[in-house]
Amino acid sequence: MNKTELPASQPGLAVPTIESRDLRKSFGAVEVLKGVSFKAYEHQVISIIGASGSGKSTFLRCLNFLEAPSSGEIDFKGRSLEIGGGRAPTRIEIEGLRRRTGMVFQQFNLWSHWTVLENIIKVPIHVHGVPRQQAVQRAMDLLAKVGLREKVNAYPASLSGGQQQRVAIARALAVEPELLLFDEPTSALDPELVGEVLAVIRALAKEGRTMLVVTHEMSFAREVSDKVVFFHDGRIEEEGPPAEVLRQPRSPRLGAFLKSVR
Amino acid sequence: MRWDVFFGSFPTLLSALPVTLELAVISITLGFLLAVLLAAARLSGLRALAALAYAYVYVIRGTPLLAQVFFVYYGLGQLDAMRNSILWPVFREAYACALIALSLNTAAYGSEIIRGGLLSVPRGQIEAAKAFGLSPTQRFRHVVFPQALRAMLPAYGNELILMLKGTSLASTITIIELTGQARILASETYAPIEVFLAAGAIYLGLNVVLSFGVRLLEGRVQRSGGFAMEG
Repeated sequence: MNKTELPASQPGLAVPTIESRDLRKSFGAVEVLKGVSFKAYEHQVISIIGASGSGKSTFLRCLNFLEAPSSGEIDFKGRSLEIGGGRAPTRIEIEGLRRRTGMVFQQFNLWSHWTVLENIIKVPIHVHGVPRQQAVQRAMDLLAKVGLREKVNAYPASLSGGQQQRVAIARALAVEPELLLFDEPTSALDPELVGEVLAVIRALAKEGRTMLVVTHEMSFAREVSDKVVFFHDGRIEEEGPPAEVLRQPRSPRLGAFLKSVR
Repeated sequence: MRWDVFFGSFPTLLSALPVTLELAVISITLGFLLAVLLAAARLSGLRALAALAYAYVYVIRGTPLLAQVFFVYYGLGQLDAMRNSILWPVFREAYACALIALSLNTAAYGSEIIRGGLLSVPRGQIEAAKAFGLSPTQRFRHVVFPQALRAMLPAYGNELILMLKGTSLASTITIIELTGQARILASETYAPIEVFLAAGAIYLGLNVVLSFGVRLLEGRVQRSGGFAMEG
């Protein structure tokens, strides 16, 4: 599973897929991110953990500018988007980054006026210019992959939470993203539905996709990820391979957090 | 009940139908355009503009349509400034005044319906569209508009019915539309029951057709997720 030893141990040799430098974000007077520097390399699966309010979701949402960072820098595939000091990325630059990433939300956020198929093909067709037939073919393959081929013409409202989230994953994969962002993908699910979604995410990790997963599922973080990043109070408090970080945490705060979630 | 008068009044009443339809169609169209602008103003995020639009909606919704018709026709004509202005040729005409009052009225209600429809689209779905790199125009066209339309159609259909009936108030400022014609005919025949029953039947018929049309449209929008938004 540790397919990413190389870039992680020899960062000089590879360009990170995404990197943040001293990323800060304030909501009014409250500073939620207090300077986060972070790198994710191709094929890496990184779990981002931390208590609620630690800034982990805000961090993920800053990476694709769903939240506008207050200052700092984000490099995507070596292209820099600098924020603050009178500089801000243009809408075109931000949309360019977003079009190369896929995102999965806690609340699924499927488009309720469209069928499962339409949810998956609309972005490739309208944003990426993929011919309809090709988009449909790919959507069918992806639906088979997440085990929902028979739901192709269903509307999101008729699906269970787990099914909706699997469709949302297929939607994210349909744009052939270079980076997948998961924002607490199983937190809104009934306990018995968590497994089916995690199984899909695990399969994606095995394919060698580059993924950032904000999660409360410690077993997932331990078994699937190459790196675990622990957020505390707007900063990265500790990071490293799951075996080290989750078994022998150096930070007492991480130790306390791990105890509280077990 | 004199059935011969009841049935006999239809040809005369129907001769005034074009005026009623014209008032309804023109004021609904103008009112809709103004409603879109008002809704845009309220959602613009510009506080002064939003407040202005809100005040307008508040006043129009808080006063009777009949009073608004009188205000535009009788009230404005009383002002020297109006009588001396280049707008006087318009405001001198009862027909134009009726159109103006009806349009201004439906715009206020319409803007609230449009605003409600736009706000009904779940934020998370708009956010998902952002996250996948849809431009603001694409987000509106593919995600916001089809869902807002779906949410606002039933309420807007209701407003259309109210407007169609509202045109009858034009009869109070000398316009001979359906109700005005009915009043003339009733005084000629001394048979107000028969004549107004016939007029009522015509309004009812119009609204049956209108509701059916709206329902058809709703069904269409429901099924296709927007009109012809197919990729």
